[in-house]
Amino acid sequence: MTDPLKYLTDSVKAHGLSRREFIASSMAAGLTLTAATSLYSKTAKAAEPKRGGHLKLGLQGGAATDILDPAKSQSQFTFVLGRNWGDTLVESHPHDGTAVPSLAESWESSADASTWTFTLRKGVQFHNGKELTIDDVVKTLHRHTDKKSESGALGILKSITDIKADGDKLVVSLTEGNADLPLLLTDYHLVIQPGGGNDDPNAAIGTGPYKLKTYDAGVRATFEKNENDWRSDRGYVDSIEMIVMNDATARVAALSSGQVHYINRVDPKTVSLLKRAPSVDILQTSGRGHYVFIMHCDTAPFDNNDLRLALKYAMDRETMVEKILGGYGKVGNDFPINETYALFPEGIEQRKYDPDKAKFHYKKSGHDGSVLLRTSDVAFPGAVDAAVLYQESAKKAGINIEVKREPGDGYWSNVWNVQPFSTSYWGGRPTQDQMYSTAYLSTADWNDTRFKREDFDKLLLAARAELDQAKRKEMYRDMAMMVRDEGGLILPMFNDFVNASNKNLKGYVHDIGNDMSNGYVATRVWLDS
Amino acid sequence: MDTAMDDGKPSRRRLKHRYPLTVLILQRLGLSAGLLLAVSILIFGGVEALPGDFAQTYLGQSATPQAIENIRSQLGLERPITTRYFEWLGNAVQGDFGESWASGNSVSEQIGKRLGNSLFLAFCAAIISVPLAVGLGMLAVHFRNRVPDRIINIVSLAAISLPEFFIGYLLILFFAVKFGVASFPATVYDGMAFSDRLAAIALPTATLVFVVLAHMMRMTRAAIISVMSSAYMETAELKGLGAFKTIIKHAAPNAIAPIVNVVALNLAYLVVGVVVVEVVFVYPGMGQYMVDAVTVRDMPVVQACGLIFAAVYILLNMVADLIAIIANPKLRHPR
Repeated sequence: MTDPLKYLTDSVKAHGLSRREFIASSMAAGLTLTAATSLYSKTAKAAEPKRGGHLKLGLQGGAATDILDPAKSQSQFTFVLGRNWGDTLVESHPHDGTAVPSLAESWESSADASTWTFTLRKGVQFHNGKELTIDDVVKTLHRHTDKKSESGALGILKSITDIKADGDKLVVSLTEGNADLPLLLTDYHLVIQPGGGNDDPNAAIGTGPYKLKTYDAGVRATFEKNENDWRSDRGYVDSIEMIVMNDATARVAALSSGQVHYINRVDPKTVSLLKRAPSVDILQTSGRGHYVFIMHCDTAPFDNNDLRLALKYAMDRETMVEKILGGYGKVGNDFPINETYALFPEGIEQRKYDPDKAKFHYKKSGHDGSVLLRTSDVAFPGAVDAAVLYQESAKKAGINIEVKREPGDGYWSNVWNVQPFSTSYWGGRPTQDQMYSTAYLSTADWNDTRFKREDFDKLLLAARAELDQAKRKEMYRDMAMMVRDEGGLILPMFNDFVNASNKNLKGYVHDIGNDMSNGYVATRVWLDS
Repeated sequence: MDTAMDDGKPSRRRLKHRYPLTVLILQRLGLSAGLLLAVSILIFGGVEALPGDFAQTYLGQSATPQAIENIRSQLGLERPITTRYFEWLGNAVQGDFGESWASGNSVSEQIGKRLGNSLFLAFCAAIISVPLAVGLGMLAVHFRNRVPDRIINIVSLAAISLPEFFIGYLLILFFAVKFGVASFPATVYDGMAFSDRLAAIALPTATLVFVVLAHMMRMTRAAIISVMSSAYMETAELKGLGAFKTIIKHAAPNAIAPIVNVVALNLAYLVVGVVVVEVVFVYPGMGQYMVDAVTVRDMPVVQACGLIFAAVYILLNMVADLIAIIANPKLRHPR
């Protein structure tokens, strides 16, 4: 994604960029008009999708405990599975992250962004032949927002007070204004099911491009094409076979022997070896996930901002990206947002490893003795190594960090969000608002840095309801600065998604939304043999 | 079994003399039931002792207090451990292993499929490895301390010293990736043709054969050599018995017990200990199923898997003991 032209050609393949936009942008990237025109036609021709074929995916992250109910989907495997058979009301644009229509054709909000009206697409059929109605949509959303719901989307939909049908339109009311509501509805749990999925949540009947044929939890799933699909720009292959492969070496072996076309989660440590295989493409996509070291701002000794700053300056971010991510990532700047988010605050100075500044703040904090850091490899891949690297870089600043390795079992319940200084991982959220509300709002359950500031909370709520994008961007900048300079978050790196495919697999869209082309991998690619 | 009624009030001692095998089997079955009960208590206690309960581990990092509370009250996890154990036991005794907490599917149904896969793989590995091991062991004795014996020893020792996943990776590298002759991954599923199934398990079977071969082969060799060098074999030879008769009448009954025992242990391993091979070859067996369940503390599944594994071990050991007793008159009529 670092190459602007590659980004542009990807956009053409994703049908997200017109000829005019493409040529204007590539000329801005330094190409002449003729070169830009010919590049466009070349890309467009190469991007002509082929239909047919049997696509095989080897995926990490499935288990015998998986379940088809999209409300309870939480593994990488069920994430892709749900995208194959179902649709959400709204999708996010693969490259700029804005909301684009899916089952909802259009939407509008009240002036304070607290009431939203969605117009449903007509003539869409479920796999069982039933027509999609507003009733299905209302019931689906009710199922996910019910107080007793076990839905993974319950948290992000908390502010919804009422969901009802108004003729053939959907009206959603919120406790307060939220300019991002359409983006929240892109969540992969919120697959629209007939009757809301109340009768049989595990039926896997939806409006998606593929029908589920067989499913064996933790083993395998097969799909056949939904001939009745309401969209023609997806679902190119005839059938899909997804195989659970939790062993990294097994995935690599299956890909390089040509048994599968696509694998996820390539280990950064071995990716350079896999690159040498002649039939394999490495697919690297910027992501929102980040590896973090978190301090509780309200617990001694971390209640002292100078100590927090000292620990932030003692982090050697470049080395972390290089050693822990094998170069497949970007350095972080101690706030949880990167350029893949809409309204990213540009121009904030990058914090660098600075032993002198660390020493200065450490002295000023008056702290004495060592600092205890708890870690485990379940926090993120290589977390224990990262903690030891950090220990080394901090030592050069005169800060003594004691690394304690905790058992992986129970790490999320006993260490993370409990102990004052630990390592952890955050996946991305669809919007800045979501990220901050989930983990930086004073009252959030997962405020794992115990960052409690009234002015921050107020700003967050104001930004949420602000429909003027320029003003909103300014607010997000202020919030980022607060977290960066006064929060308890040390964010050394954002990890890229590293997947790999056979060279026959074409049309892969590098979607900033989430891993594996935001789960849409199987519906977007085609086979060129 | 109804023989006990024959003469009114038979003493235990007399019964044991008249029907030593029946009594032994009954004793062993009773003991097995007790053992299984103990195993179930151990597993229950063990899973309880792990940090984090089902609700916490299942939700992982995305757990909220409300969600944890919802799941706990739904499954009755807030009740005391003894109540929950006896409730589970009551159902299990009636053959009802309940539903998986995580997926809500019937445990028996799921296990049926997975156990079938595990047994199939173990069976294929066993019918190759057992005759091969015994044969190679005899061959080694025949060429004792000569070149063939040395070669068999070195190769089998090398195979047992390499971790099984490494053997697996080597086989994948050469036969699936480099030469492209074997099928990989070894995923099997319902409705797969039998020939495809056999092709799919070729590599995992080969790996397992390598892993268990050396152990059984070396035990066969040692047992035969030890019997051959004993005094009664010399006596038999001196009193003029032919070589064949000596082996059948004197050597085999004494050598068979240790061989059968090690074979039984290895067979049990083939069923319950192959989770690493399952993961490497992407084979949907019991081991993977149990590991998935332990990861989220899915108690009904863990319990059912644990009991089946224990039962396999107990059963195979019992069969091994019985064969040893039947084969050896000395053990058949203990004093």
